Amino acid sequence: MIRIVLPHHLRTLAKVGDEVHVDLNGTVTVHAVINALEETYPMLRGTIRDHGTLKRRPLVRFFACGEDISHESPDAPLPDAIVKGEEPFFVMGAIAGG
Amino acid sequence: MSGVRLLVGTRKGAFVLTADAKRKDWKVDGPHFAGWEIYHMKGSPVDPDRIYASQTSAWFGQVIQRSNDGGKTWETPGSSPEDLKGPDGMPKGESNMFVYDGIPGTHMWYDGTQHPWEFKRVWHLEPGLDSPDHVYSGVEDAALFESKDGGKSWSELSGLRQHDTGPRWQPGAGGMCLHTILIDPKNPKRIFVAISAAGAFRTDDGGKTWKPINKGLHSQFMPDPHAEVGHCVHRIAMHPSKPNTLFMQKHWDVMRSDDGGDSWREVSDNLPTDFGFPIDVHAHEPETIYVVPIKSDSEHYPLDGKLRVYRSRTGGNKWEELTNGLPQKDCYVNVLRDAMSVDSLDPCGIYFGTTGGQVYASADSGDSWFPIVRDLPAVLSVEAQTLK
Repeated sequence: MIRIVLPHHLRTLAKVGDEVHVDLNGTVTVHAVINALEETYPMLRGTIRDHGTLKRRPLVRFFACGEDISHESPDAPLPDAIVKGEEPFFVMGAIAGG
Repeated sequence: MSGVRLLVGTRKGAFVLTADAKRKDWKVDGPHFAGWEIYHMKGSPVDPDRIYASQTSAWFGQVIQRSNDGGKTWETPGSSPEDLKGPDGMPKGESNMFVYDGIPGTHMWYDGTQHPWEFKRVWHLEPGLDSPDHVYSGVEDAALFESKDGGKSWSELSGLRQHDTGPRWQPGAGGMCLHTILIDPKNPKRIFVAISAAGAFRTDDGGKTWKPINKGLHSQFMPDPHAEVGHCVHRIAMHPSKPNTLFMQKHWDVMRSDDGGDSWREVSDNLPTDFGFPIDVHAHEPETIYVVPIKSDSEHYPLDGKLRVYRSRTGGNKWEELTNGLPQKDCYVNVLRDAMSVDSLDPCGIYFGTTGGQVYASADSGDSWFPIVRDLPAVLSVEAQTLK
């Protein structure tokens, strides 16, 4: 079970609480996590990454185990702590705009 | 019992304001979608309880919301369990998927260079006249999209953006937005749109082909002030009984056309300034129009700190100031292009919202005004629905 923490505005859009959970088979990557998230909550499609290119939106960041992994390959395996559900995978809105 | 419902989009959420036909006592419901920018909301003329909303964020992009109960509850179209999966098993969730048709190409950037077309947000939603599931959207970077399935999916009417003049369109200060969509009620294949800063365009075949309709416009800031495109049109309005007569608030100048936009003439005359954003038409008097003059393009607030609506009962040229109930000193708010609307009760109600968060109403065609609410976030849009 993968734990995901969404930013406030996406929680209200998806009508979920502090944390959502998805189950994955196979390698746990950013792409796989977001795919599973969007499958469960299709209203989130296009809000985290572009519909067509699947590129992360510029003001969205991904964090795993305290590290900003936004610029890592979205196909790179995520840390074991995320895979085991010991740590949540964070989707965050960048602090911008004052 | 008849009444009015105002759909108010703000910088930080949506509000639904309701009153009975007297329009004295108002109920304020909201914020819906708190914290998100709501550029526009509009109800279907076929089913007024079907309302579409454009919800946007610089962080999380575009979201389309839809209500089937007059704004009490909302959903993102296509996210219900029966809509969840496409044929290939993947989630659909395409209600916010605005993809330009073909290779997007380029338009003119602020510095005169060419810049790729990039979708940013939906500025305006215009429900169709034939079905609650039919709706058009005007977007930034300027293009017109259409949905025939209640906003679940969108396709571009690309003949507009792919017009020969497209590479010469350029963004106004607020971006290159398609902000006005007017459907001719006598001929729904005839649609008028306006783009900042490209100008006005018309289709007579339901959106396949388009022609610029900017003859008579004069824009001093352009190298050729009478060019075919490039004009910063702020808003166009039409009375449904006279769809060949159009009224325009341009960057500067209030204009009028009596031939479906083929030619325009200026009707600013005695306005204290002819810069402004909204323009609207009285529900029962096709020659009675309203504007809110703003000091200048660099000072977006009323002249002399006095918030005044101007009304012409002669379709322009002879204007009277309407001040009763509006602040007449120290008022430095703006009224944005989509933030004025009229109801169709008798007498006609006029409404507008300000960047200071006030929504003003007149239940007597503009003779007197009162604030329905004073302290909302900056108002981006106001749409009035007359409820039977």
